[in-house]
Amino acid sequence: MTGSPELLAAPTPLAQPIHPVLMKGNEAMAEAAIQAGCDAYFGYPITPQAEILEWMARRMPELGRTFVQAESELGAINMALGAASTGARVLVSSSGPGISLMAEAMSYMAGSELPMVLINVMRGGPGLGSIGPAQSDYFQATKGHGHGDYRVPVLAPASIAEAMALVADAFELAERYRTPVMILADGVIGQMMEPVDPTYRTPPRRSADWALTGADDRPPRAVRSLQLQPEALEAHGRRLQAKFATIAECEVRWAGEQLEDAEIVIVAYGTSARVARTAIERAREDGLRVGLFRPITLWPFPSAALSAVAADRRAILVVEMSSGQMLEDVRLAIDGGFPIFFHGRTGGMVPTPGDVVEAARQAWAATGPDDEPDPLSLIELGERSSVVTR
Amino acid sequence: MTTSTPDSRRRIYTRPQTLVDRSTHFCPGCGHGIIHRVVAEQLDEMHLTPRTVGVASVGCSVFLYDYLAVDVVESPHGRAPAVATGVRRVRPDAFVFTYQGDGDLAAIGTAEIVHAAARGEQISVIFVNNGIYGMTGGQLAPTTPLGERTSSSPTGRDARQAGYPIPITEMLALLPGVAYAARGSIADPAWIGKTKAMLKRAFEAQLAGEGFSIVEILSTCPVGWGLTPVESMEHVARDVVQTYPLGVLKDRPQARTANAPEG
Ligand SMILES: Cc1ncc(C[n+]2csc(CCOP(=O)(O)OP(=O)(O)O)c2C)c(N)n1
Ligand code: SF4
Repeated sequence: MTGSPELLAAPTPLAQPIHPVLMKGNEAMAEAAIQAGCDAYFGYPITPQAEILEWMARRMPELGRTFVQAESELGAINMALGAASTGARVLVSSSGPGISLMAEAMSYMAGSELPMVLINVMRGGPGLGSIGPAQSDYFQATKGHGHGDYRVPVLAPASIAEAMALVADAFELAERYRTPVMILADGVIGQMMEPVDPTYRTPPRRSADWALTGADDRPPRAVRSLQLQPEALEAHGRRLQAKFATIAECEVRWAGEQLEDAEIVIVAYGTSARVARTAIERAREDGLRVGLFRPITLWPFPSAALSAVAADRRAILVVEMSSGQMLEDVRLAIDGGFPIFFHGRTGGMVPTPGDVVEAARQAWAATGPDDEPDPLSLIELGERSSVVTR
Repeated sequence: MTTSTPDSRRRIYTRPQTLVDRSTHFCPGCGHGIIHRVVAEQLDEMHLTPRTVGVASVGCSVFLYDYLAVDVVESPHGRAPAVATGVRRVRPDAFVFTYQGDGDLAAIGTAEIVHAAARGEQISVIFVNNGIYGMTGGQLAPTTPLGERTSSSPTGRDARQAGYPIPITEMLALLPGVAYAARGSIADPAWIGKTKAMLKRAFEAQLAGEGFSIVEILSTCPVGWGLTPVESMEHVARDVVQTYPLGVLKDRPQARTANAPEG
């Protein structure tokens, strides 16, 4: 079977396909959004996520829902802002350069507490970079995008099935906490095809007593982020921070694999985690006990869980398709006193399992009882790995 | 002989229901106050308030939600037409208008206004042209007439340095998606009345599904211009209209289908 539109165009809109189907990541995420009850999609073409836009262009009008190809990512996300302000379930998607343009409205939506799901299918940067897969927007997703003092939940799928489930979860989180939620996928997840047994989910609708539906028999409502009085803005900020604290407490997600006896713990998300999984099998064949800690929420980062998992291990190895961005959160979680190693590929390059096994082996060797690493050194490991302590 | 009793007196001038009873933050002589009132009157007369979603832009009019008793969403600077597109597309029954200054609409938001118009979005745009960036302290706007002094064109707008004023409503009127485009003014009572009629026609265009409608309103910014309120009104009526002639630029009353905008 293929992931072509025809096969997934179920005769009744919300019917569940029965068989496992081969689906392309971008199309699977788009269909998952549709099945999750997405009312409106706004986008602008960019590789490697254009299939989301194309899928929506065909499916949404077919279902009588809203699709607009906007004049830019600025246009797209501001249409999303408008649609979301009426209580609609809204999806937008893009990749690095487009996400940068969307940053402005992300900030407005966080400030005015509007739910929305935004998919970033990451490509290589900075600048126009490349169209190859990357994980170089971690900082942007978890610490950055727009201006101001806010956070946005970030979910990172490592398979197409997981991506589909996370899309539905993202809508639910977005509405529960009245916040934009980002799905941080990469070009591999977006472009690859994988057999999936689609289990779609439509999160229940919440009553939105803030939505702009016309001031008919009720006082007028405003969706706004402007608070000129410092006291008012500080109070609003405190309320937002309390919400972020709740999210950080209740919505952390991660997955562990082969951690029980692991002496080296690889920390990786998305495509890097898939590579790590293969590397772990190979390393174990060689007698190297390696396990995987896979953050699923990048914000909130599973710091407490990682810190607990890391206790009594020999070393941590962070694998990313970046020069070391999640690495900073791993360091914060471990908070010193523990050797952390890093292996990263960038620019559209994907780490190979062989490279990861080698990095794990070197981490092992560098942390032997007779061979304590110099805590202040940054030792090149192989071509692209380096020992990073604290 | 009849005596005048309270019951027999006819009330001819009251606060429109949709205009909230509070004092505004606008400077004395600012055109925004008059325009808010005219918009409120028109919404009342057409019974649109209960189904209206207004889009506030960034500029002196950002507090639209404090003065008009309608649902309002605040847009990032320049993006109001995109925000309005999102609202209108998911709420086809809503009456949707944007209220934008000239910096907002004709500088930072040029792409959004052009493409909303090109798509023929069923929204009405109230475009307040005071030829200046009021909120940030009176800098040059894309609409500032040649020779006008602003805080960022201290010797007057020089085309060689700052280019020419943009007749953006004329430009938009060229687009097939635009059903109605007009330019009014609040410089004198007669034109306030005519401008209100323009708003009526623009709102009707949206209700009839004719396409995008825009009313540009020449307004005043006495503080930014360094003029008194009365001088400001005279300046609009005498000078600004030379750059921006008043009148209806386009009126395409027949309803068109989205796929055949030019019929
Ligand atoms: C992205 C961005 N850039 C700049 C500003 C600052 N700013 C606020 S209002 C404004 C211009 C407003 O001028 P105009 O649209 O003509 O409205 P007026 O205040 O004259 O009514 C600017 C530049 C901003 N809020 N956001
Ligand atoms: S600065 Fe100008 S536009 Fe702004 S409120 Fe004052 S007079 Fe009006």
